[in-house]
Amino acid sequence: MTADPRPVVPLDPSLAPPGTRAFRDAGGIPADRWRADQDGETLVPTHCCFCGVQCGMYLRVDRGGKVFGVEPRNHDINRMRLCPKGINAYQQVNHPDRLTAPLMRRSRDEVFREVSWDEALDFTVSEIKRIQQAHGNDAFGLLGGASLFSEKTYLVGKFARVALKSRHVDYNGRLCMVSAAGANKLAFGIDRAGNPFSDCLLTDCLLIAGSNVGECFPVMTQYVWGARDRGASLIVVDPRETAIARTADIHVALKPGTDSAFFTSVLNVVVEEGLTDEAYLAAHATGWEEVRAKAAEYPPSRAAEICGVPAEQIVQVARTFARAPKAMAWHARGIEHHSQGVENCLAVINLCAATGHIGKPGAGYGTITGQGNGQGGREHGQKADLLPGGRSIMNEEHRRQICEIWGIEESELPPAGTSMMEMVWQMQRREIRGLIGICNNPFVSLPNYRVVKEGYDATEFHAQFDFFLSETAANAHVVLPVTTWAEDEGVMANAEARVVKHNKAQDAPPGVRTDTWVMCELARRLGAGDKFAFADSRAVFDELRIASAGTVNDYYGITYERLEETGGIAWPCPSTDHPGTPRLFEDGRTYHPDGKIHLQVVEWHPPMDPYDDEHPMSLTTGRTVAHFLSGNQTRRLGALVEQTPRPWAEVHPSHGFRNGEPVRVITRRGSEVFPALVTEAIRPDTVFIPYHWPVPTAANALTIDALDPRSKIPEYKVCACRIEHAEKIDEVPAPPVAPGQVAYPEAQVSRTDPLPPTAPQGRGTSERS
Amino acid sequence: MMGRTIFIDPGRCIGCQACVSACRECDSHRGKSMIHLDYTDEGHSVASLPTVCMHCEDPVAPCAEVCPADAILVTADGVVQQADTTRCIGCANCVNACPFGVPKIDLQAKLQMKCNLCYDRTAYGLAPMCATVCPTGALFYGTAEELQAERPGVQIADTFTFGETEVRTGVAMVVPADKVRWPVPGGLPVVEINGKDVRR
Repeated sequence: MTADPRPVVPLDPSLAPPGTRAFRDAGGIPADRWRADQDGETLVPTHCCFCGVQCGMYLRVDRGGKVFGVEPRNHDINRMRLCPKGINAYQQVNHPDRLTAPLMRRSRDEVFREVSWDEALDFTVSEIKRIQQAHGNDAFGLLGGASLFSEKTYLVGKFARVALKSRHVDYNGRLCMVSAAGANKLAFGIDRAGNPFSDCLLTDCLLIAGSNVGECFPVMTQYVWGARDRGASLIVVDPRETAIARTADIHVALKPGTDSAFFTSVLNVVVEEGLTDEAYLAAHATGWEEVRAKAAEYPPSRAAEICGVPAEQIVQVARTFARAPKAMAWHARGIEHHSQGVENCLAVINLCAATGHIGKPGAGYGTITGQGNGQGGREHGQKADLLPGGRSIMNEEHRRQICEIWGIEESELPPAGTSMMEMVWQMQRREIRGLIGICNNPFVSLPNYRVVKEGYDATEFHAQFDFFLSETAANAHVVLPVTTWAEDEGVMANAEARVVKHNKAQDAPPGVRTDTWVMCELARRLGAGDKFAFADSRAVFDELRIASAGTVNDYYGITYERLEETGGIAWPCPSTDHPGTPRLFEDGRTYHPDGKIHLQVVEWHPPMDPYDDEHPMSLTTGRTVAHFLSGNQTRRLGALVEQTPRPWAEVHPSHGFRNGEPVRVITRRGSEVFPALVTEAIRPDTVFIPYHWPVPTAANALTIDALDPRSKIPEYKVCACRIEHAEKIDEVPAPPVAPGQVAYPEAQVSRTDPLPPTAPQGRGTSERS
Repeated sequence: MMGRTIFIDPGRCIGCQACVSACRECDSHRGKSMIHLDYTDEGHSVASLPTVCMHCEDPVAPCAEVCPADAILVTADGVVQQADTTRCIGCANCVNACPFGVPKIDLQAKLQMKCNLCYDRTAYGLAPMCATVCPTGALFYGTAEELQAERPGVQIADTFTFGETEVRTGVAMVVPADKVRWPVPGGLPVVEINGKDVRR
């Protein structure tokens, strides 16, 4: 075998820091001397389109300019590693299901027909005007998505407020990690994870709460196992024995919906045993007395009863976490998707602060974002209550600043709107009569499907941007075909708040436009063209940088060029020579004016869907490793469908089911039948269903649309249910469009397109060093 | 054990099947995966285990030994190649001979296919596709020293017993540090052959 000429990439975290150091390609793909030269193939460096890890990858592009494969990339974040979703992601770029012409129908009784962009946009604009003239500007809403590049999420917020002049804009990150965002903002005055992934390699104790890291963020597992290799203890809090929990030192299999009681009780033990860092608390925190008094109300005996775990385990967790010289806590949807999601996250923060595990290498907290841009997607004004730069839409000063940048009068800027689920309720009540959806699929992803369907059906006009005909797009009047991530450039911020740049790998198919182009064109037709004169993503990013300057979410120092030179830059980054901020609070100061952590009292309350004799068990939902969110993308990719073709109900053997038997899961919203997956890896009082499929096998037809009062996140992770034997398993519905076929028979193809093509954008370097 | 090879660590496997997808993307047999993933403790735990070709060293690759067409070559660096397409007759002898259940027959093409340690990549100094992408390091490509440097105290085994037969492999398994047993049992012991009790 030939000697390996490449330097070995060691796992030393000091050599692979997040943030600003130039990322090394050592050990990467030798594009200059390998297959690339033989085939005329180029490797375009970019990132995965899916979860919040944002793994670096190369897209393989053939000499005809088409994406045809993937190569691992030695990026700091993932060091060549990829999960099955990442490996198969490229297949959606040239998938036969891609929409390549706008679809339109005047009423939901008609079938879609292919129309020109002009006709689709004219109809959309005339409907917007009609609805707003008759019912006011706020009768038209906009729902964005957190898989969009940050430039596009900035445009969504600006489009709603400046072009639509509506207060109603929100995004599907509302279903993702807003509880953590709310808690972080309350405690620290900044909404992001405190530490980079690589800090796991420096810690002595890793606490993972409500996160199925192995399936939802598989590539992060290397940091978890890396911590274990270095002797760190691992604590996992999860009702299921996940792949991570399987090898944990302590697996706390608590009852869903009891997390805050558990963590407050852990804090109780920490206080009782004198393991608090009083010096740290005195210098850096406010509210500790109140929090300590509340913790005294949660002795392990009480919490053990609430959570259904042994009291000794609570003591063990407290000692392991508090006695570790450095400890970190990571959490995700498992504790955030609750009507007390903010409290759950605050309880974890209280624990970290009380033990002084904040703001040090290997000590801190982090929240793992579900969507690729779950972090960046809310930073620049896509959320109902936020303006660019994380500014509050309720703050007079913030409003004035943004109006100045946007060139509008302050009186023209609408007030805060409502959250995504609340907008659906307003659609039901016909307060919102028209809607544009971008990059989301609420028919699968929102709870209580029946309510969602009613809400959407009640709209007079609904347009959806997508590159596949999702279940939600299939309900629309107008479907606008837009680009995939590989056909445009832009930035995303991953779970560490590290901003990374995605590069364009191929040109969009004829008839397909970028979301940027569509929003700007709609704005022009609505009479706000001068405010939306953006040629491409770079132009939007330059305005975004200026709009964020001086705020907590400061992107001003981040440029496309810097991102291409480095492995990504963590914000805040106030100037172009600033190295970025991979780790927060290293100077002991938070982003509150007094520089302190504002500890918050947490009180546990039962889940919103009460248990009774009819519904004695907990239903909890989550993801599988092969699928992503609503499955609109991954349910079309053969390898992933083969890996996980359908949902199931995970039940404990004590219920008497055999593997594969039909099990009917009944909640107050409805009932569905799944094959049973019988395993001891779940609590006897809990049922788990993965949520990626539409009705009649949609977990979200069963979940409750109760919201956290502060973050407005739905309570996906717990509702009351019962299970019964059934006769027949519900069929998984076929994809809306069978692969390779067009399902709108009366299609009037109108490919001649008088509109200018979408602006050309820079293709990433081929890295032929 | 060959110098740079694959080390399989079932303790780190999360069952994500990234290896299976990656193998399918590998250029040497694009479209077909040569790895399989087993759930070893189904119903009780989520434990899983990827299996690649173990690249047997001693006795030299049973699959190659039994091949009537001499289609399976073993290279000087110990890699047991997949069947030479110009020679393979699709008889499936290799499938029956392999103690690890690795080779597969494409019945339509009458061809054997198996993991060749991504020879197209390793020959250029790259890691095999499965070990490159494995998010957890359950598949690690490198030398034993590199593995030990990254995972202090790790124990490995490259000898397996099948009844009385011992097989030493080019690919190694990571075994629990406190439970080192040499060799590692590779399957059920052989009890009888043609009705004859072969136990001692």
